[in-house]
Formats: sequence, C-alpha cells, structure tokens
Amino acid sequence: MVAQNIFFGIMAFVMICSALKVVTTTNVVHAALWLVVLLAGVAGQFLLLGAEFIGVTQILVYIGAVVVLLLFGVMLTKASIGEETDLDMPNKVLPTVIATLMFGVMSYALIDTFRDTELPRETVTNAADVSDSIFSDYIVPFEAVSVLLLAALIGAVVIARKE
Amino acid sequence: MYLVQFLLLSSVLFCIGIYGVLARKNGVMVLMSIELILNAVNINFVAFGTMTNNIAGEVFALFVIAIAAAEVGVGLAIVLLIFRNKRSIDLSTIDSMKG
Repeated sequence: MVAQNIFFGIMAFVMICSALKVVTTTNVVHAALWLVVLLAGVAGQFLLLGAEFIGVTQILVYIGAVVVLLLFGVMLTKASIGEETDLDMPNKVLPTVIATLMFGVMSYALIDTFRDTELPRETVTNAADVSDSIFSDYIVPFEAVSVLLLAALIGAVVIARKE
Repeated sequence: MYLVQFLLLSSVLFCIGIYGVLARKNGVMVLMSIELILNAVNINFVAFGTMTNNIAGEVFALFVIAIAAAEVGVGLAIVLLIFRNKRSIDLSTIDSMKG
C-alpha cells in the first residue's frame, strides 16, 4: 500500500503542475503538450485504481485522438506557434476567486464525508468484466452512444464544410 | 489507499478546468480546459466504482470518454466556423447575440 501511495503522490503532483501549465501557458502548442502529460497521468490513476481497460482506452482515445484533433484545431485557426500575449481574458481575478471558492467548498464536503473510507484491495477489473456489463445491463446506452458518435461525426463535417 | 485522495485530486483538476474555461479567451484553449473537467469527472466515476466494487462506474467512464470525443469534434468544427467567419477565435469578440 505504501508503494501505491508514493506512486499516487508523484503522479498527482505531476498532474496538478501540468494542469496549471495548461491553463496558464502563453503558447497554445505547449498547452496541448502539457495536456498530454495530464491525460497520461489520469490513465496512470485509472491503472492504480485497477481499471485497466479504462486506462488503455484513455491513452488510445485522448492521447491518440483528442490531442491530435486539438492540435489540428490550433493549426487550422492559424495560431502562432510561438508565444502569444492575447490568450487570456483581461480580468483573471474573478476566475481565480471562483475556482478557489469552489475547491474550498468541494474539499470540505469531500473530506467531511469520506474521511475514513478506504478503497478495497485487489479489485482489478479487466476488459472481460467491462464488456460483460456493457453488453448485458448497459446495451441500450451503448447503442445510444454509437448513434450519438455517428451524429456528431456527420454534424462536425456539415458544420466545418465549405459552402 | 483512501478514497478521499482520488476525490481531492479530481476536484483540484475540476477547479483548474473551471479557471481555464473562465480565464482563457482562445476557443481551442477553452476546449482543452473542458477536457480537464471531463477527466476529473472520470477519475471520480472510477474511484467510486472501485469503492463500491461495482463495474458500472467504469462503464460510465467509458461513455464519458466517448461523449468527450464527440464533443471535441463538434466543438472544433464550431471554432473553425467562427474562425472562418470572423478571422479570429477570440471568444470575447463573439458578442453579436448580446442585447
């Protein structure tokens, strides 16, 4: 358990630092690359929680597809590759206050409620468990998600197409 | 491992994402911050699923990943369209619906 906690601490530190870099850096491409570090850290947390299929899916979908899509967005909107001064709203005090207040309330509520809840050991779930559940209990939402993906695909093409 | 450490990590990521959505004015950067928020939610789903020893948490995390992929596709298409019409993706200049 100690090794897991050390691993969690290192990963959490890296993730929080890279998340802060994503929202504060002045270079759009660097923000996308810090996002890769963050998403890999999230995948590591999933593996730490014993959810191996979600961890692998996270790497495949987010790092493999979403970040590439975001970089294409950066490229197609002709953002400069170097530093940019005009990325942030002029007023950054209010967002900071809102985020800090929100974190304060949420952390108080979470610590108050789940202070002593320990996670059970040895709960590794593999792809077979997940697929058993998807194709028995959650078959209707699964089909709905596939229709939604198709609709989003067609919608994205229709929106971005030249007249 | 305690459950609360994962919940606190995800709430930190969530609040950083909220800050990013509010403080950035480049459309693509706002989409990146939304990805941060969705990942925070996914950590919560998987952590609670592990706590209750229930596979449903992981299944719903998978659904969230699929919907996030659809969301970023449509979102980028909208950002491209805004760029094509206005030659800029500065979100503070998009106020034609403002009364």
